[in-house]
Amino acid sequence: MDVNAERADIAVTEREIVTSGEVPTAVPDGPLAAVLLAAGIGAFALGLFTTLAEASAAFRERLVLNSAVGPLSGKTVWATVIFLVAWAVLAARLRDRDGLLRSATTIFVVLTVLGLLGTFPIFFQAFAPE
Amino acid sequence: MQLTNRELWTLIHGMGLGALFLLAFGGGLAGFYSLRPEWLTTAGIRERIARLDVGTVVMAVVAWLTVITGTWIVYPWYRAAPPEGTTELEAYPRSYLLANENLADWHHFGMEWKEHIAWIAPYLATAVAFGAVYYGRRLAYEPAVRRLLMWVFIAAFAVAGIAGLFGALITKAAPIL
Repeated sequence: MDVNAERADIAVTEREIVTSGEVPTAVPDGPLAAVLLAAGIGAFALGLFTTLAEASAAFRERLVLNSAVGPLSGKTVWATVIFLVAWAVLAARLRDRDGLLRSATTIFVVLTVLGLLGTFPIFFQAFAPE
Repeated sequence: MQLTNRELWTLIHGMGLGALFLLAFGGGLAGFYSLRPEWLTTAGIRERIARLDVGTVVMAVVAWLTVITGTWIVYPWYRAAPPEGTTELEAYPRSYLLANENLADWHHFGMEWKEHIAWIAPYLATAVAFGAVYYGRRLAYEPAVRRLLMWVFIAAFAVAGIAGLFGALITKAAPIL
Protein backbone atom coordinates (compact mmCIF):
# COMPACT_ATOMS: atom_id res chain seq x y z
CA MET A 1 0.00 0.00 0.00
CA ASP A 2 2.85 2.37 0.83
CA VAL A 3 4.45 1.68 -2.53
CA ASN A 4 1.26 2.57 -4.40
CA ALA A 5 0.91 5.87 -2.53
CA GLU A 6 4.51 6.73 -3.41
CA ARG A 7 3.90 6.08 -7.10
CA ALA A 8 0.82 8.28 -7.05
CA ASP A 9 2.88 11.10 -5.56
CA ILE A 10 5.55 10.78 -8.22
CA ALA A 11 2.96 10.85 -10.98
CA VAL A 12 1.45 14.06 -9.65
CA THR A 13 4.72 15.89 -9.07
CA GLU A 14 6.19 15.02 -12.50
CA ARG A 15 3.14 16.11 -14.42
CA GLU A 16 3.60 19.61 -15.79
CA ILE A 17 0.64 21.47 -17.10
CA VAL A 18 1.29 23.06 -20.48
CA THR A 19 0.43 26.72 -20.04
CA SER A 20 -0.36 29.02 -22.92
CA GLY A 21 2.99 30.79 -22.44
CA GLU A 22 4.84 27.56 -23.26
CA VAL A 23 2.93 26.85 -26.46
CA PRO A 24 5.21 27.79 -29.39
CA THR A 25 3.85 30.52 -31.64
CA ALA A 26 2.22 29.53 -34.92
CA VAL A 27 4.38 29.53 -38.05
CA PRO A 28 3.23 30.23 -41.62
CA ASP A 29 2.47 27.07 -43.60
CA GLY A 30 3.98 28.42 -46.84
CA PRO A 31 7.37 26.66 -46.41
CA LEU A 32 5.67 23.29 -45.86
CA ALA A 33 3.35 23.92 -48.82
CA ALA A 34 6.46 24.67 -50.92
CA VAL A 35 8.24 21.40 -50.13
CA LEU A 36 5.05 19.34 -50.60
CA LEU A 37 4.40 20.94 -53.99
CA ALA A 38 8.05 20.37 -54.96
CA ALA A 39 7.80 16.68 -53.96
CA GLY A 40 4.65 16.33 -56.07
CA ILE A 41 6.32 18.09 -59.03
CA GLY A 42 9.39 15.82 -58.71
CA ALA A 43 7.23 12.69 -58.62
CA PHE A 44 5.18 13.90 -61.60
CA ALA A 45 8.35 14.71 -63.58
CA LEU A 46 9.68 11.22 -62.91
CA GLY A 47 6.44 9.64 -64.13
CA LEU A 48 6.38 11.89 -67.20
CA PHE A 49 10.00 11.12 -68.15
CA THR A 50 9.40 7.38 -67.65
CA THR A 51 6.34 7.39 -69.91
CA LEU A 52 7.92 9.64 -72.57
CA ALA A 53 11.06 7.48 -72.60
CA GLU A 54 8.92 4.45 -73.33
CA ALA A 55 7.02 6.23 -76.12
CA SER A 56 10.03 7.75 -77.89
CA ALA A 57 13.37 6.06 -78.55
CA ALA A 58 14.93 9.45 -79.36
CA PHE A 59 13.85 10.88 -76.00
CA ARG A 60 15.09 7.73 -74.26
CA GLU A 61 18.51 8.16 -75.86
CA ARG A 62 18.68 11.78 -74.69
CA LEU A 63 18.14 10.62 -71.12
CA VAL A 64 21.30 8.50 -71.11
CA LEU A 65 23.68 10.53 -68.96
CA ASN A 66 25.70 7.45 -68.05
CA SER A 67 25.97 4.44 -70.37
CA ALA A 68 26.16 1.90 -67.53
CA VAL A 69 22.96 3.18 -65.90
CA GLY A 70 21.16 3.93 -69.19
CA PRO A 71 18.05 6.12 -69.48
CA LEU A 72 17.33 5.72 -65.76
CA SER A 73 20.27 8.08 -65.13
CA GLY A 74 18.57 10.97 -66.94
CA LYS A 75 15.09 10.25 -65.63
CA THR A 76 16.22 10.32 -62.00
CA VAL A 77 18.80 13.11 -62.27
CA TRP A 78 16.44 15.47 -64.12
CA ALA A 79 13.46 14.64 -61.89
CA THR A 80 15.63 15.35 -58.83
CA VAL A 81 16.91 18.61 -60.32
CA ILE A 82 13.29 19.62 -60.99
CA PHE A 83 12.35 18.72 -57.39
CA LEU A 84 15.20 20.80 -55.94
CA VAL A 85 14.69 23.80 -58.24
CA ALA A 86 10.92 23.75 -57.62
CA TRP A 87 11.56 23.62 -53.87
CA ALA A 88 14.00 26.55 -53.99
CA VAL A 89 11.70 28.70 -56.14
CA LEU A 90 8.51 27.88 -54.22
CA ALA A 91 10.23 28.26 -50.83
CA ALA A 92 11.36 31.77 -51.79
CA ARG A 93 7.90 32.74 -53.06
CA LEU A 94 5.81 31.16 -50.29
CA ARG A 95 8.14 31.77 -47.33
CA ASP A 96 5.84 34.16 -45.46
CA ARG A 97 2.50 33.03 -46.88
CA ASP A 98 -0.07 31.23 -44.73
CA GLY A 99 -3.30 29.30 -45.28
CA LEU A 100 -1.96 27.42 -48.32
CA LEU A 101 -1.75 23.92 -46.90
CA ARG A 102 -5.17 22.62 -47.95
CA SER A 103 -4.80 23.57 -51.63
CA ALA A 104 -1.11 22.60 -51.67
CA THR A 105 -1.98 19.17 -50.26
CA THR A 106 -4.62 18.61 -52.96
CA ILE A 107 -2.15 19.53 -55.73
CA PHE A 108 0.57 17.43 -54.08
CA VAL A 109 -1.70 14.36 -53.93
CA VAL A 110 -2.82 14.74 -57.57
CA LEU A 111 0.77 15.20 -58.85
CA THR A 112 2.10 12.31 -56.76
CA VAL A 113 -0.66 9.95 -57.91
CA LEU A 114 0.08 10.93 -61.53
CA GLY A 115 3.78 10.33 -60.85
CA LEU A 116 3.01 6.89 -59.41
CA LEU A 117 0.85 6.13 -62.44
CA GLY A 118 3.60 7.23 -64.82
CA THR A 119 6.10 4.92 -63.15
CA PHE A 120 3.73 1.92 -63.16
CA PRO A 121 4.93 -0.52 -65.86
CA ILE A 122 1.51 -1.58 -67.13
CA PHE A 123 0.70 2.11 -67.72
CA PHE A 124 3.94 3.35 -69.30
CA GLN A 125 4.53 0.19 -71.35
CA ALA A 126 1.17 0.84 -73.03
CA PHE A 127 2.88 3.81 -74.75
CA ALA A 128 5.63 1.67 -76.30
CA PRO A 129 5.57 1.71 -80.13
CA GLU A 130 4.11 -1.48 -81.66
CA MET B 1 32.75 -17.57 -46.40
CA GLN B 2 33.49 -14.42 -48.36
CA LEU B 3 31.52 -11.63 -49.93
CA THR B 4 32.44 -10.25 -53.32
CA ASN B 5 32.50 -6.49 -53.84
CA ARG B 6 29.16 -6.73 -55.67
CA GLU B 7 27.56 -8.83 -52.93
CA LEU B 8 28.81 -6.38 -50.32
CA TRP B 9 27.24 -3.39 -52.11
CA THR B 10 24.01 -5.32 -52.68
CA LEU B 11 23.99 -6.05 -48.96
CA ILE B 12 24.64 -2.40 -48.03
CA HIS B 13 21.95 -1.21 -50.47
CA GLY B 14 19.29 -3.75 -49.53
CA MET B 15 19.85 -4.87 -45.97
CA GLY B 16 22.06 -2.25 -44.32
CA LEU B 17 20.20 0.82 -45.51
CA GLY B 18 16.92 -1.13 -45.57
CA ALA B 19 17.22 -2.00 -41.88
CA LEU B 20 18.08 1.61 -41.00
CA PHE B 21 15.12 2.79 -43.05
CA LEU B 22 12.77 0.47 -41.15
CA LEU B 23 14.15 1.59 -37.78
CA ALA B 24 13.84 5.26 -38.67
CA PHE B 25 10.30 4.71 -39.95
CA GLY B 26 9.26 2.93 -36.75
CA GLY B 27 10.65 5.70 -34.57
CA GLY B 28 9.18 8.45 -36.73
CA LEU B 29 5.73 6.89 -36.96
CA ALA B 30 5.53 6.35 -33.19
CA GLY B 31 6.65 9.95 -32.76
CA PHE B 32 3.97 11.33 -35.08
CA TYR B 33 1.21 9.20 -33.60
CA SER B 34 1.94 10.02 -29.99
CA LEU B 35 2.66 13.73 -30.42
CA ARG B 36 -0.49 15.00 -28.70
CA PRO B 37 -0.38 17.68 -26.00
CA GLU B 38 -3.14 15.94 -24.03
CA TRP B 39 -0.92 12.86 -23.66
CA LEU B 40 2.35 14.61 -22.87
CA THR B 41 4.05 16.95 -20.47
CA THR B 42 6.13 19.88 -21.73
CA ALA B 43 9.28 17.83 -21.20
CA GLY B 44 7.61 14.92 -22.98
CA ILE B 45 6.88 17.05 -26.04
CA ARG B 46 10.51 18.22 -26.20
CA GLU B 47 11.74 14.63 -25.99
CA ARG B 48 9.27 13.42 -28.64
CA ILE B 49 10.16 16.23 -31.02
CA ALA B 50 13.87 15.44 -30.76
CA ARG B 51 13.16 11.78 -31.54
CA LEU B 52 10.78 12.71 -34.36
CA ASP B 53 13.38 14.99 -35.95
CA VAL B 54 16.00 12.25 -35.80
CA GLY B 55 13.60 9.62 -37.17
CA THR B 56 12.36 11.69 -40.11
CA VAL B 57 15.77 13.17 -41.03
CA VAL B 58 17.47 9.75 -40.85
CA MET B 59 14.71 8.23 -42.97
CA ALA B 60 15.11 10.95 -45.61
CA VAL B 61 18.92 10.62 -45.69
CA VAL B 62 18.69 6.82 -45.86
CA ALA B 63 16.09 7.03 -48.65
CA TRP B 64 18.48 9.18 -50.71
CA LEU B 65 21.46 6.91 -50.01
CA THR B 66 19.43 3.83 -50.92
CA VAL B 67 18.29 5.12 -54.32
CA ILE B 68 21.72 6.59 -55.13
CA THR B 69 23.62 3.37 -54.31
CA GLY B 70 20.91 1.31 -56.00
CA THR B 71 20.89 3.29 -59.24
CA TRP B 72 24.54 4.22 -59.59
CA ILE B 73 26.35 1.23 -58.06
CA VAL B 74 24.15 -1.90 -58.07
CA TYR B 75 21.89 -1.30 -61.09
CA PRO B 76 24.75 -1.17 -63.68
CA TRP B 77 25.74 -4.70 -62.59
CA TYR B 78 22.12 -5.80 -63.02
CA ARG B 79 21.73 -4.42 -66.55
CA ALA B 80 25.23 -5.16 -67.87
CA ALA B 81 25.05 -6.77 -71.31
CA PRO B 82 26.86 -10.10 -71.72
CA PRO B 83 29.64 -10.33 -74.32
CA GLU B 84 28.53 -11.61 -77.70
CA GLY B 85 28.06 -15.38 -77.78
CA THR B 86 27.82 -15.81 -74.00
CA THR B 87 25.49 -18.65 -73.09
CA GLU B 88 26.10 -18.70 -69.34
CA LEU B 89 24.01 -15.70 -68.28
CA GLU B 90 23.95 -16.08 -64.49
CA ALA B 91 26.43 -13.20 -64.11
CA TYR B 92 24.11 -10.91 -66.12
CA PRO B 93 20.84 -10.80 -64.15
CA ARG B 94 18.78 -8.74 -66.62
CA SER B 95 19.76 -10.90 -69.58
CA TYR B 96 19.29 -14.05 -67.53
CA LEU B 97 15.73 -13.07 -66.59
CA LEU B 98 14.81 -12.03 -70.14
CA ALA B 99 16.22 -15.25 -71.58
CA ASN B 100 13.84 -17.30 -69.43
CA GLU B 101 10.18 -17.04 -70.37
CA ASN B 102 9.11 -17.97 -66.84
CA LEU B 103 11.30 -15.27 -65.29
CA ALA B 104 11.00 -12.43 -67.80
CA ASP B 105 8.20 -10.68 -65.89
CA TRP B 106 10.56 -10.19 -62.96
CA HIS B 107 12.30 -7.71 -65.25
CA HIS B 108 9.37 -6.41 -67.34
CA PHE B 109 7.16 -5.72 -64.32
CA GLY B 110 9.21 -6.09 -61.12
CA MET B 111 12.45 -4.33 -62.01
CA GLU B 112 10.78 -1.74 -64.25
CA TRP B 113 8.49 -0.77 -61.37
CA LYS B 114 11.13 -0.92 -58.65
CA GLU B 115 13.79 1.15 -60.41
CA HIS B 116 11.36 4.01 -61.01
CA ILE B 117 9.00 4.10 -58.03
CA ALA B 118 11.89 3.96 -55.53
CA TRP B 119 12.91 7.51 -56.47
CA ILE B 120 9.60 8.94 -55.25
CA ALA B 121 10.38 7.85 -51.67
CA PRO B 122 13.21 10.39 -51.02
CA TYR B 123 11.09 13.28 -52.33
CA LEU B 124 8.29 12.39 -49.91
CA ALA B 125 10.62 11.62 -47.01
CA THR B 126 12.45 14.93 -47.51
CA ALA B 127 9.17 16.84 -47.39
CA VAL B 128 8.25 15.09 -44.12
CA ALA B 129 11.66 15.71 -42.53
CA PHE B 130 11.53 19.36 -43.49
CA GLY B 131 8.00 19.70 -42.08
CA ALA B 132 8.92 18.04 -38.78
CA VAL B 133 12.02 20.21 -38.28
CA TYR B 134 10.29 23.39 -39.47
CA TYR B 135 7.29 23.06 -37.14
CA GLY B 136 9.32 21.70 -34.21
CA ARG B 137 7.38 21.76 -30.90
CA ARG B 138 4.54 23.63 -32.62
CA LEU B 139 3.66 20.38 -34.40
CA ALA B 140 2.09 19.06 -31.19
CA TYR B 141 -0.49 21.87 -31.41
CA GLU B 142 -1.18 21.48 -35.15
CA PRO B 143 -3.08 18.18 -35.40
CA ALA B 144 -3.96 18.64 -39.10
CA VAL B 145 -0.30 19.21 -40.04
CA ARG B 146 0.79 16.30 -37.85
CA ARG B 147 -1.72 13.97 -39.53
CA LEU B 148 -0.71 15.19 -43.00
CA LEU B 149 2.98 14.60 -42.32
CA MET B 150 2.23 11.20 -40.83
CA TRP B 151 0.35 10.08 -43.96
CA VAL B 152 3.05 11.38 -46.31
CA PHE B 153 5.57 9.55 -44.10
CA ILE B 154 3.55 6.32 -44.46
CA ALA B 155 3.30 6.89 -48.24
CA ALA B 156 7.11 7.29 -48.45
CA PHE B 157 7.51 4.03 -46.56
CA ALA B 158 4.94 2.21 -48.76
CA VAL B 159 6.66 3.36 -51.95
CA ALA B 160 10.06 2.29 -50.62
CA GLY B 161 8.48 -0.98 -49.42
CA ILE B 162 7.31 -1.85 -52.95
CA ALA B 163 10.81 -1.20 -54.28
CA GLY B 164 12.41 -3.16 -51.45
CA LEU B 165 10.08 -6.14 -51.84
CA PHE B 166 10.72 -6.41 -55.58
CA GLY B 167 14.43 -5.93 -54.98
CA ALA B 168 14.48 -8.90 -52.62
CA LEU B 169 12.39 -11.09 -54.94
CA ILE B 170 14.43 -10.22 -58.04
CA THR B 171 17.66 -10.88 -56.16
CA LYS B 172 16.29 -14.32 -55.29
CA ALA B 173 15.44 -15.05 -58.94
CA ALA B 174 18.66 -13.58 -60.35
CA PRO B 175 21.27 -12.57 -57.79
CA ILE B 176 24.03 -10.12 -58.62
CA LEU B 177 27.17 -12.27 -58.47
